Amino acid sequence: MTEWMGISAMKINNIGYLFKEGIRGIFLHGFMSFAAVCVTVACLLIVGTFSAVTYNLSLMITELNKTNEVTAYVDETLTDAEARSVGTKINRVSNIAEAEFISREEALQNFIADHSETEAFEGTSADTFRHRFRVMLTDPRLLEQTKADLENVPGVVKVKATEEIAAGFIMMQDVVEMVSMLIIVVLLIVSLLIISNTVKLAMYDRKDEIAIMKMVGATNGFIRLPFVVQGFILGMIGAGIAFGLEWVMYDAVVARIHEVDTFGFFTLVPFQELLGVMVAIFAGAGMFVGIVGSWTSIRKFMDV
Amino acid sequence: MIEFTDVVKSYSVGTHALRGISMQIEDGEFAYLVGPSGSGKSTIIKLITGELKPTSGTVHVNGYSLERIRKRELPFMRRTVGVVFQDFRLIQDMTVYENVAFAMRVIGAREKEIRERVPYVLELVGLETKSRRHPKELSGGEQQRLAIARALVNNPSTIIADEPTGNLDPARSLEIMSLLQEINNLGTTMLVVTHEKDLVQRFHRRVIAIDEGLIVSDGMDGYFSYEDQ
Repeated sequence: MTEWMGISAMKINNIGYLFKEGIRGIFLHGFMSFAAVCVTVACLLIVGTFSAVTYNLSLMITELNKTNEVTAYVDETLTDAEARSVGTKINRVSNIAEAEFISREEALQNFIADHSETEAFEGTSADTFRHRFRVMLTDPRLLEQTKADLENVPGVVKVKATEEIAAGFIMMQDVVEMVSMLIIVVLLIVSLLIISNTVKLAMYDRKDEIAIMKMVGATNGFIRLPFVVQGFILGMIGAGIAFGLEWVMYDAVVARIHEVDTFGFFTLVPFQELLGVMVAIFAGAGMFVGIVGSWTSIRKFMDV
Repeated sequence: MIEFTDVVKSYSVGTHALRGISMQIEDGEFAYLVGPSGSGKSTIIKLITGELKPTSGTVHVNGYSLERIRKRELPFMRRTVGVVFQDFRLIQDMTVYENVAFAMRVIGAREKEIRERVPYVLELVGLETKSRRHPKELSGGEQQRLAIARALVNNPSTIIADEPTGNLDPARSLEIMSLLQEINNLGTTMLVVTHEKDLVQRFHRRVIAIDEGLIVSDGMDGYFSYEDQ
């Protein structure tokens, strides 16, 4: 007989029975089941919110960091055409998202525009400046390496980048991700304990039944499965409700931010774009909390 | 067949429950296990049902060596042994039919098999007209019949009855003992643990008497030999 984790190869009618028993367990302890679902909803809602906030913040920080551009100065002895052709070589360097050519003349205009006393620079020749490229990176974390690579590009004489700002953005992103992860883990553990306790109560109430099952020769898998089904269903109900609420709340927050943030500083990703990630988070967390929570609570009742 | 060879069972607290028991109960045999409280009767039952392992010696039950049985084999061994308890251990929120069907269902029997087998067993124990009742609506004797039906339904080759008449009046005790005899006549090995001297005398079967973890007599007159000491 093939066995997996103590579960014998079961017939279809047995699976039906096990599910029926799992559902019976939910209603047998209606209030505890309700409490378990409520706690799971609350925890998963916070988990989901943190995930969404983290995702959006990371996205915003990444976008913001991309504006922290790198400037690659071209050798002043090169002709205009030769200087422009350096762009092709720059684009071949890995981690380059975009490289925009800025001529001496444009550089001068930009310089003058950046200063209030424009008269002071009248008569300044464009030759004072060098041709350059404004370079955007795909992954700002690789700034140092990319800067070194750019310095090795023939025709590039100097690369300027503000590493401190990039490091600041990266640190901000890391902190946000770490704090969110910590909160998510703590909340998942709380949900796990609650589900585990609910199933433990259900098992305690049916300990005589379990002893009889053991006595007549039921396998551990057969005894366990209804409780795992119970935990799974509770977890998934909690996840489903939390997912729905998250969607409604998220959309409401996005709409409110659009009303208030006229400058478009905060750009939240629409929930539809997060759908795949969110379904995976909620379903995964619900399933994990339900199955692991019940499985761990059963073990001590099995040694009859 | 049940076979104990030099079985010693000591508990961690230092109690020596069995101090070298050897006995053999053949297939289809009927035997009583008697002895005072604390003599080791319950330990013998727990060794037979695989709840305990011997400290030393060997225990063979229906082809399984219980001193080295693997955890995942235990359920399959238990299907060969039906157990009846003094306190019946019935599930109160299930009907008579469901209590018996439950024992089949949890070992993965098909509904068709359950529908055929449960009425047959209920008829055998005389409860065919009470299949829709709940245990609390039955008399003590009927509850014990139900417990016997549940022990019997998976067609075990052995039934262990632990003080099956302990909670019953003499007339009901006699009925239950007669029922166990009938089941034994159908070929099931029967080991009955009891204190009821009158019943043991009445049925003239093998009596294994134990005291302080040792067999003090074993034979048709075992109970009296034990009493005479």
